[in-house]
Amino acid sequence: MRTYSAKELIACRVAGEMRDGDVVNLGIGLPTLVSNYLPEGINITLQSENGFVGLAPAGSEIDPDLVNAGGKPAGIFPGGATFDSFMSFALIRGGHVDVTVLGGLQVDQNGNLANWMIPGKMVPGMGGAMDLVAGAKKVIVAMEHTAKDGAAKILKSCNLPLTGKGIVTLIVTELAVIRVTEEGLLLEEISPYATVEEVVAKTEAQLIISGDIATMKGLEQLER
Amino acid sequence: MNKVIGKDELISLFEDKATIMMGGFMGVGAPKFLVSILVEQGVKDLTLITSDTATPDTGVGPLIVNRQVKQIIASHIGTNPETGRQMIAGETVVELVPQGTLAERIRAGGAGLGGILTPTGLGTVVEEGKEKLLVNGKEYLLELPLRADIALLKAFKADKAGNLIYRQSARNFNPIMALAADLVIVEVEEVVEVGELKPDEVMTPGILVDKVICCGRIS
Repeated sequence: MRTYSAKELIACRVAGEMRDGDVVNLGIGLPTLVSNYLPEGINITLQSENGFVGLAPAGSEIDPDLVNAGGKPAGIFPGGATFDSFMSFALIRGGHVDVTVLGGLQVDQNGNLANWMIPGKMVPGMGGAMDLVAGAKKVIVAMEHTAKDGAAKILKSCNLPLTGKGIVTLIVTELAVIRVTEEGLLLEEISPYATVEEVVAKTEAQLIISGDIATMKGLEQLER
Repeated sequence: MNKVIGKDELISLFEDKATIMMGGFMGVGAPKFLVSILVEQGVKDLTLITSDTATPDTGVGPLIVNRQVKQIIASHIGTNPETGRQMIAGETVVELVPQGTLAERIRAGGAGLGGILTPTGLGTVVEEGKEKLLVNGKEYLLELPLRADIALLKAFKADKAGNLIYRQSARNFNPIMALAADLVIVEVEEVVEVGELKPDEVMTPGILVDKVICCGRIS
C-alpha cells in the first residue's frame, strides 16, 4: 500500500460519514476533496452557500455566473436548483442541511470550534461558517491533527475567537477520529499509520480511551 | 413606464456619504458597470453593505482600493487584502456579520420587520452588545434590520418595467437588497419590452426597481 498524504486520509475518512441522500455543505479547501472518495452507492447533494444545490465540478465551458462558495468556477448537476442568499441560509440554518464539513484552527473538549480569525494576524471574516455550524444537523471538523509548528489544535479550551459553541459532532484528522460526547472527547478510531500514544501526545484535550480502538474505517476508498 | 436610463442620468444619482447595498458574491452577480461609474465619479465616504469585498479588481473591490469607502458591513473580507489593511490601519471601519445573518437583516429591513431572532453567533464575539431572547426554551440573538439609501444590483435580464431575471449563482444578495433601499438601480445585460417576461419567471418584481441600465455582458 502506498503512503497517503494527511489530506487524502482525512478526506477519505470524512467521505465515509456520508449517508445516501444527504444534503452536504463542504467548506473551502481540504473539505472539498471529500467528494472524490464517496463509496459506491452513496449519492449526496452538495449545497453551495452562494445560492444553489447540485454543486458539480466545472465543465469544459466555464460559466462566469456559476461559481462555488470559494468563487471558483463550478458546475451544477441536472436536478440542481438556484436561489438567493436568503433561501440559501434558510436551508442552512433551518436544519435542511444534513452535514457540514469545515476546516478548523482549534477544537476543544466542549465541542467548541474556532476557525475564522487569529487576532492581530488574520481577520478574513466568518462568511457562512457561523450559520453552518448553528444549523447543520452534523458538524464535522476535518483538519490536520496539529498546527504546522506542531502545536496542538485539539485543546481543553479554545483560545481563539469561536465560530460556534458546543456545535462540533466529529473531528477527523489524519491520525484519528474523535467524537464529541456529553462526557468529553471519545477516541473512536486511529489511522493505520498512528498509535494511540502518538495521538494522545499530539492532543492537549483529555481523550476518553476505552477498550480496543478501531483502525480508521473506509480507507479502501483511497485505492480507487 | 420605462425605467431604463442612460449614463448621464445615472451619474446624477450618486452622492458622497451614501449608504449603498451592493449585490454579488466574490464579484459574481456584482454590478461591475455601476462600480466603474462610482470609481470614475469619485464619490467618497460611502458606507457599503455587501456579502464580501471580493478581490482588489473584482466586485466592490475597486471602490475599496480607491479609498471611497469609510465603513463596510460584510461577512468576508479575506480575499481582498486592501480591506484588511485599511481596517487594521483604522482608515475604514469594518463590521463583520455572519452571512446568513446579513441576508436576514437586509430582508428584515425590506420586509417591515423590527429585526430577526437567530441562533447564529451565540457564544461568539458576534453576540457582544446584543439582546438575547429565550423562545420556547431556546436562546436567540436579536439582530436588527439594515436599510440603505441606494441598492446597486446586477441581473441578467430586465423588462422596461424593471422585472428581473438572474442567472445561475449570480442571484445571491440581489433580490433581498431590492427590498431594502430607497433607490434601487439595476445593471442588466439585456432589456426586453414589457410583456416579454412571463410573470412566472420574474424573480424580482419590477415594482421594487427604480432604474435599469443596460450594458451588455461585461467580462
